[in-house]
Amino acid sequence: MPGTFEPIPGGGAAVALDDVEISIIRSLAVQLLELIGPGPAEDADPLAELFADGPSEPPADPVLRRLFPDAYTDPERTPASPAEAEERQAHSAEFRRYTENDLRAGKRENALAVIRTLDALNASDAGAAVLKLSPEESRWWLGALNDLRLAIGARLEVSDEGDTELLYRLPDEDPRKPMVMAYLWLGGLQETLVATLMP
Amino acid sequence: MGGVTSPAPVEIERTESAEEVFAVPEPDVPWVTIVHNDPVNLMSYVTYVFQSYFGYPKDKATKLMLDVHHKGRAVVSSGTREEMERDVQAMHGYGLWATLQQDRK
Repeated sequence: MPGTFEPIPGGGAAVALDDVEISIIRSLAVQLLELIGPGPAEDADPLAELFADGPSEPPADPVLRRLFPDAYTDPERTPASPAEAEERQAHSAEFRRYTENDLRAGKRENALAVIRTLDALNASDAGAAVLKLSPEESRWWLGALNDLRLAIGARLEVSDEGDTELLYRLPDEDPRKPMVMAYLWLGGLQETLVATLMP
Repeated sequence: MGGVTSPAPVEIERTESAEEVFAVPEPDVPWVTIVHNDPVNLMSYVTYVFQSYFGYPKDKATKLMLDVHHKGRAVVSSGTREEMERDVQAMHGYGLWATLQQDRK
């Protein structure tokens, strides 16, 4: 079935993809990589990289803010005092400094794995192909598909369940329609991929 | 000459109080990791994350996922602050929206 991962007997997952689908996923993964930002420079001192601090301020871009949220800011619990608000902010900044570089690296690796597996596919098949993933590749794909959906969801400003309902009913001429179609299609891919990985 | 020395203690004080925040041990009050609802993450994916990261059985993972979905949030783990920071970082890695806080009742 198109747009559906099937389990491979013995482990892993497979999906049939045509050229257009391959190029859409690849291009979205490249955009995600650009948004997450480059990794350490090749000539960088690895030891210095290890101890490099991440940022302490939340990202300005709404997609990145969703991918890297504040760790100490409970949205439903208003701080009891300005001092508590300040403390939460300080702790969130501290957390960000020592986790965000690693988190960015992990998301970058997932997106790169998607590009790598798709490119390997292009080299051997023409027109349409069956992408076969090992269980490990499946987990990278699962993470990347989730990040892509979070990114598109943030761009489409999906912030509650009702928004998703509205997206289903967009008229064809709405400029958001292609992005919504991609969002729903990626959701189907992710849903069927996670089913193959369920312990 | 008091005016000459006054800027320095301000800085020293700030450093001390920042260190105090991290140094004061409150071992009796556990910290918790809270996962918040978001309309993008699939229910099956959230359940998968709770099973594969925390090693929770399917029933418990599903119940926590449903709590997140219906109540808007669920406490998914508790322990020391360091442990909860590790869990929150892992949740962010999976793309789940998580925060930690001390479990003051």
